[in-house]
Amino acid sequence: MTMPTTEQILQLVIGGTAYETRLTAKFARRKRYVAPDPHVVTCVIPGVIRSVSVRKGMHVRTGEPLIVLEAMKMQNDITAPHDGVVRAVRVAPGESVTKGAVLVELE
Amino acid sequence: MPTTNKHIDFFKRKDRLLNGGGHKAVEKQTALGKLTARDRITALLDANSFYEFDLFVEHRCRDFDMDKKVLPGDGVITGTGSIMGYPVAIYAQDFTVAGGSLGLMHARKITKIMDHAIKMGMPIIGINDSGGARIQEGVDSLAGYGEIFYRNTLASGIIPQISVILGPCAGGAVYSPALTDFVFVVEGISKMFITGPEVIKTVLGEEISMEDLGGARVHSEISGNAHFYARNELECFHKIKQLFTFIPWNNRKKADPYPAKPPKSKFDIERVVPMDSRKPYDVRSVICALSDNSDFLEVHAQWASNIVVGFGRINGETVGIVANQPAVLAGVLDVDSSDKAARFVRFCDAFGIPLITFVDLPGYLPGVDQEHAGVIRHGAKLLYAFSEATVPKITVILRKAYGGGYIAMCSRHLGADFVVAWPTAEIAVMGPEGAANIIFRNDIASAPDPGEMRKQKVAEYSEKFANPYVAAAAGHIDAVISPATTRDFLIHAIQISANKSETRPFKKHGIPPF
Repeated sequence: MTMPTTEQILQLVIGGTAYETRLTAKFARRKRYVAPDPHVVTCVIPGVIRSVSVRKGMHVRTGEPLIVLEAMKMQNDITAPHDGVVRAVRVAPGESVTKGAVLVELE
Repeated sequence: MPTTNKHIDFFKRKDRLLNGGGHKAVEKQTALGKLTARDRITALLDANSFYEFDLFVEHRCRDFDMDKKVLPGDGVITGTGSIMGYPVAIYAQDFTVAGGSLGLMHARKITKIMDHAIKMGMPIIGINDSGGARIQEGVDSLAGYGEIFYRNTLASGIIPQISVILGPCAGGAVYSPALTDFVFVVEGISKMFITGPEVIKTVLGEEISMEDLGGARVHSEISGNAHFYARNELECFHKIKQLFTFIPWNNRKKADPYPAKPPKSKFDIERVVPMDSRKPYDVRSVICALSDNSDFLEVHAQWASNIVVGFGRINGETVGIVANQPAVLAGVLDVDSSDKAARFVRFCDAFGIPLITFVDLPGYLPGVDQEHAGVIRHGAKLLYAFSEATVPKITVILRKAYGGGYIAMCSRHLGADFVVAWPTAEIAVMGPEGAANIIFRNDIASAPDPGEMRKQKVAEYSEKFANPYVAAAAGHIDAVISPATTRDFLIHAIQISANKSETRPFKKHGIPPF
C-alpha cells in the first residue's frame, strides 16, 4: 500500500498547475492527434483491393467510386470525398491493405 | 445401503459421469496448470457443501454422428453449495468434455441453476472454461447463449453474479461475464476475446498472441473487462471468498456485519496527505487509515487506477468506497475512471451498500483523445450513478475539489447525505492558477512584470478561495473536520443512516448514458 518507488513521478499540467504524479500505461502510450488531410483517401477497414476505377489525372466528383475494397466479406465502394483531380493511386487490384493505408490522393 | 442390482447400476453410472472427459483429457487439463471443473468447485466451496444438479443430463444432437458420442454432464457441472456459510449457486464448464463446448443442454443446465439462484436469492458463480459454441449443434447453441445472457440481465441487481475465467472464453461466450458484476481472471489461464488471433491474422493481417490479445493482464489493465486479477487459481478462489465477506446474498438483505475493529496503527491519517496540493500520495493509505482493521478489497485495482474503488467496513458494516488517486494521473476523471466508478456505484446502490467518497482531484483530463473517446458521455455516467443512488452517500473532501470534478464526486448537489471537508480542502470553481489567469487577465497583461503580477494574483486567489470555508459559508458542505476525527464522523454517519429512506417518482427505468 505504498507508492511504487520504481515508477517515475512525472508532471501533468491541469488548469495551469503542474501536478506530480505517475502516468497510466494507456496514457503514456496514447497517440498524438494528427489532423486528417482532406485530399488523402485512406483505408478505414483492412481488406483486399478488388478493382480500381480511376487513373492519375482523372477528374472525379464527390461520391464517385474510386476503388472497390473487399473487407468483412463485403465489396465496399470507396468514393471520392470531394471534387478534384486524381494526383496518385497508391494501390493496385489484388493488394492487401491495412487500416490507415493511403489509397488515393486527390488535388 | 443394500447392494441390489439397481444400486450397483446407480454407482456405475455415477462413477462414469464423475470422471468427466476421462483421464487423458484430465491429464491435458492439468498439464496446462489448470484444475478440473470438479476440483475447482471443491476448492471454492465449503467442504462437502456441494449438491449437484443435472449430472445425468445428456446432449440431444443427432447430426454429424453426435448421437454416438457420450458427453458426461454435457460439459458443465452445476449445483448449489456454500462459501463460508453463504449459500451460492455455481456452474463450472468442464473443458475435458468436448472442450467445454456449449450445446443446448449444456446451456439449459446453466439457465436452470441461474433461475434457481434468482428464486432463492443467492449469488451465482460461473466458472468459464470453454472452446465456445458446439458447432455440431448449430443454431441451438446460439439459442443457449442468448438464454444465458437474458437471465444475466434479469438477475442483474437481484443477486450478485460472479464470473471466473479459467480457460478460454471466446466469441459470444464473453458476453455472459460482461453482463455480470465481477469478473475474475488468472495469469496465463484466462483468455477472453470476441475474435481470436487466427481470425485477426486472416482478416486484418495483424499478428498477436492470445495472451497479448485477451490474456489476464490485458483485461485487468487495459480493457477493464476483468475486476480481479490473480496469479493462480487458488489465489483467485481466495479473492472470491474475500469478496463474499463484503457483499449481501441478494438485494433484499444487508451484507452481514462484522465485529468492529479499529484501523491498524501503521496507517497514520494525519501524515498521509501532503499540504502542497501538487504533491502525490496513495489515497489507499487514507482508506486503510479509516476502515475497520485497515481492510480494503480493491475492485479494478489495475485498470483506470487514477480512481480507486472497493469495499471496506466502518464499525462492522460494509461500505463501498470511491476515491480519486492523486498518485496516478493526478487523480483526474477521464473516460475509463468515470466508467469504472459509475459501475461500482451502481453495484453498491443495487445491493444497499452505503457509499463513501474521498475527493482530491484537479478536474478532468484534457486531451484530444479524451474528447474524441467520449469523455462527455462517459463522464456523465458517474453523475448519473451518484445522482441515482439512494443508499447513504457520505463525501469527504480531502484536498482539491475543483470545477466539474467537484460536482461529479458525489457533491451535495448530486444528493449526498453528508459532505465534510478537511482543513486542507480547496473547493473552488477551478485551480488558483487557471482562475487567476482568467479573472486577472487584463491586470496581468498590462503589468510591467506580467510574471510577477500573475504570481501575486494566484496567491491572492488562493488565499481567498483555495479553502473549504467559501463552500461551508454557502452550506454546500456541512462541516470542516480534522483528519483525526474523520473515522468517528464516518461511524456516526453510517449509524444514523441505518434507516435512510428516499423514494423517487415511479419510472420503469432511467436511461443512463451507456
